Amino acid sequence: MATATPSPKLNHIGLPVLEYRGGKSTLCAGCGHNAISERIIDAMFEMGVQPERVIKMSGIGCSSKSPAYFMSRSHSFNSVHGRMPSVTTGALLGNHTVSALGVSGDGDTASIGVGQFVHLLRRNLPMIYIIEDNGVYGLTKGQFSATADLGSKLKTGVVNDLPAIDTCALAIQLGATFVGRSFSGDKKQLLAMLKAAISHNGTVMLDVISPCVTFNDHEGSTKSYKFLQENDEPINEIGFVPSFEDIEVDYDSGQVYDVEMHDGSNLRLRKLLEDYDPTDKANAVRTLMEAQQNEEVLTGVFYIDTQKPTFIDLLGLVDEPLSTLPESLTRPPKSALEGLMKSLQ
Amino acid sequence: MATGDLALGQEQGASSARQRVINDFSIIVATVNGSGSQSANSVLLKSIFGMGVPVSGKNLFPSNIAGLPTWYTIRASKDDYVARKRDSEVLVSLNPETAREDMLALPSGGVAIYEENFNLKQYRSDVVSYPVPFDKLTAAVCPEAKLRKLVKNMVFVGVVAQLMKIDLDIVENAVRKQFSKKQKVFDLNFGAAKAGYDYAQTTFTKQDPYSIERMDGTVGKIIIDGNAACGMGAVFAGVTVIAWYPITPSTSLIEAATDMLKKFRITSDGKATFAVVQAEDELAAIGMVLGAGWAGARSMTSTSGPGISLMAEFAGLGYFAEIPGVIFDVQRTGPATGMPTRTSQADLLSTAFLSHGDTKHVVLLPGSVSECFDFSLAAFDLTERLQTPVFVLTDLDLGMNNWMSEPFAYPEKPLDRGKVLTADDLNRLGGFARYRDVDGDAIGWRTLPGTNHPKAAYFTRGSGHNDAAQYTEKPEDYIALMERLSRKFESARKLVPGPVTVKDGTSKIGLLAFGTTDFALRESLDQIKSEYGQSVDYMRVRAYPFAHEIHDFVASHERVYVVEQNRDAQLASLLKLDLPGDQVVKLRSILHYNGLPIDALTITEEFATKEGL
Repeated sequence: MATATPSPKLNHIGLPVLEYRGGKSTLCAGCGHNAISERIIDAMFEMGVQPERVIKMSGIGCSSKSPAYFMSRSHSFNSVHGRMPSVTTGALLGNHTVSALGVSGDGDTASIGVGQFVHLLRRNLPMIYIIEDNGVYGLTKGQFSATADLGSKLKTGVVNDLPAIDTCALAIQLGATFVGRSFSGDKKQLLAMLKAAISHNGTVMLDVISPCVTFNDHEGSTKSYKFLQENDEPINEIGFVPSFEDIEVDYDSGQVYDVEMHDGSNLRLRKLLEDYDPTDKANAVRTLMEAQQNEEVLTGVFYIDTQKPTFIDLLGLVDEPLSTLPESLTRPPKSALEGLMKSLQ
Repeated sequence: MATGDLALGQEQGASSARQRVINDFSIIVATVNGSGSQSANSVLLKSIFGMGVPVSGKNLFPSNIAGLPTWYTIRASKDDYVARKRDSEVLVSLNPETAREDMLALPSGGVAIYEENFNLKQYRSDVVSYPVPFDKLTAAVCPEAKLRKLVKNMVFVGVVAQLMKIDLDIVENAVRKQFSKKQKVFDLNFGAAKAGYDYAQTTFTKQDPYSIERMDGTVGKIIIDGNAACGMGAVFAGVTVIAWYPITPSTSLIEAATDMLKKFRITSDGKATFAVVQAEDELAAIGMVLGAGWAGARSMTSTSGPGISLMAEFAGLGYFAEIPGVIFDVQRTGPATGMPTRTSQADLLSTAFLSHGDTKHVVLLPGSVSECFDFSLAAFDLTERLQTPVFVLTDLDLGMNNWMSEPFAYPEKPLDRGKVLTADDLNRLGGFARYRDVDGDAIGWRTLPGTNHPKAAYFTRGSGHNDAAQYTEKPEDYIALMERLSRKFESARKLVPGPVTVKDGTSKIGLLAFGTTDFALRESLDQIKSEYGQSVDYMRVRAYPFAHEIHDFVASHERVYVVEQNRDAQLASLLKLDLPGDQVVKLRSILHYNGLPIDALTITEEFATKEGL
């Protein structure tokens, strides 16, 4: 039967969403990570990002496998456990004209990788760093990670008696310039947050609670779908208007916080928490610490700074990628060596 | 007191004068770490060099910022021997803590120049003593008290220069070069050297046999340390990304490279064609190197033993995922922290097999400062050609000491950036498989991130993969990959620097060595010839995997002594894995591993004992 297939919707660079898809996921059905992969695909498609201009970086774990499940047209590097930050740093030094999207997990970030994670934040390396946070080690079958909340319970009944590392508070304190938390089940918030992240120049640190249906979705877990649905408290509602959409934005009506992004897009944060100022670092950290004490899960964009120079800015590099500079620019002339030899005689 | 010393000296002088020793002795300068003796030592070394006499210097320093004893030995050798000499004939004693011990270590007939209140003469009547009131002389030329500690060192340079007959104008040149452009600093330092020179001239009559005479053994030569030479090689190889973590004795390699990058690699609009990042640790340093290498940049790091251990996991990833990157290892002694300021060749096995699983690496083994430069250049071409990490193994002796060399030659060949497909190539080919051996050398073609073509991307992973870079756990895929990596290692065997041989074709005995053992070994060959009338063949290994000539060398000799600076005979062990079974039995070892650079006598004596000479 010959029916005309409707032509697929194209984004503003002329690609269909299909061109942003990846391989078939081998994660468990219902895993929060799959939903995050879907939102990444949507955000990249809607923002019209050229897939070839993106590098997908990851460490080791369930989360770190996920770059295989989106954007097959982008180069990808599944590195070693907890070391994605250094590999990404190197890759961006080699070519600072590409955009880096890193996917990590709570173990990969807050346990084995915490050393590299904190230094990534200090450097404000221009990249999006997503923690697919389920508070548990999946591939090794269900041990606590360092983001598991105090008092949360494993399936086996073991209770976590160590405090959680709040990766968002850490990121704000140490120098990331776009910090937010979302929930894999909140499509709208996560998509808006990712789109804003794409338009930011600096370290974007997004902690996305992503329930593990196999090892950490039971009663007593603080990273379960049920717990999040009941306890997720957004501090702001995220509105995002990309630079290429010709919509007039009327600024500041008191209850919203407007941010002009690096690429000219507009990020509008509608305040749900009274007087919350996402540019006030100390207040952001205090708010998160109080929430932890009160056993609340705050979500939203906690902190943003669009002015701080990135690590690449600080290095004062040439505009072209270092990787493909011609020999004439990278090998000093014969006279340079002769001069050096003379000075050593 | 001083008069008494002189009287004894005169008696000895009468006998010593009959056998003058020209341009063939060692000076040992004993000071306190942090007292600023480095510049003075360097001026003295360069003054002897300026006299045209082949010279080498070695710093024996503690792992400490200030306060512990440190020694600097300078060897002048008309025969061009630059290895450490076991005994030094001339002592300059400025450290009261070690003065007695240093005096007792002198050979009979040696010379002691010391701060007069150390009263060293009482310990040795068979040594020529020159007591000098260093503090008084220093105070006279340096009114500023806080500078005296530093300036005092320059006084000894003057005293030594006068006693050893080094021309004062040569010293003046060396001081000027050391403190280039700072006239005030020059005046102060040269003033101090001159005060020492004048004091020696008016006070002492030369009693000892040692002196420096002008010769033309250094014409056109340069003096440089191996770390600076490696750094220079990297800069002329067009390195663009350096990530590192400070560690003795490799730090100065990065510092030298960084200085040169700032000088030569800033564009006219003030932008950098390089990035140097001090990482948070060696794990991050090697991670950045591999990230950059993956992105297509020429990247490197430099470290020493403990850093190498930390880099192990990433080194395996680099091998398995086939990512370029150059890793310099300036070896110090291990295990563990070991002796951080002492030398060894004990990282050969750990670098060759760094990481778990069946991992092996290309390791280059420079044996001189000029090879530091050349192999550093070669390492960047090899790592991109072979798409695997390449290690350059030097040691503290080569890296941190000053060596004479012919000037380095500017590279004639253009950079070899290896097999990289562009978007145009992909248009032509219609696609590619990252790890497919299309050329028969077991090296695939890669694309760089950012290549503007829908089929450019591939998935880099440390997990099992097929030739299209897809995840696999299939036995046949894994075997195919591992076998190809083995074949790639065979490709490397043909590309790495081959060995260097000294042989006359008559000897049944061969010696094998690598790296800095070469200096002592070449001197030992002469000793074996002059003492025992025996000529021995010698091959210096310059890279792993071993070139086929090394197999031939072993096959063509009855016995082969492998001389190296570690306890476990690491080069011999590595050779045993490579050689056919019937050849393995020919290998014997001569080992030296006390933290000091190997010396010729150690090799000669051990060889003679083992050979029953």
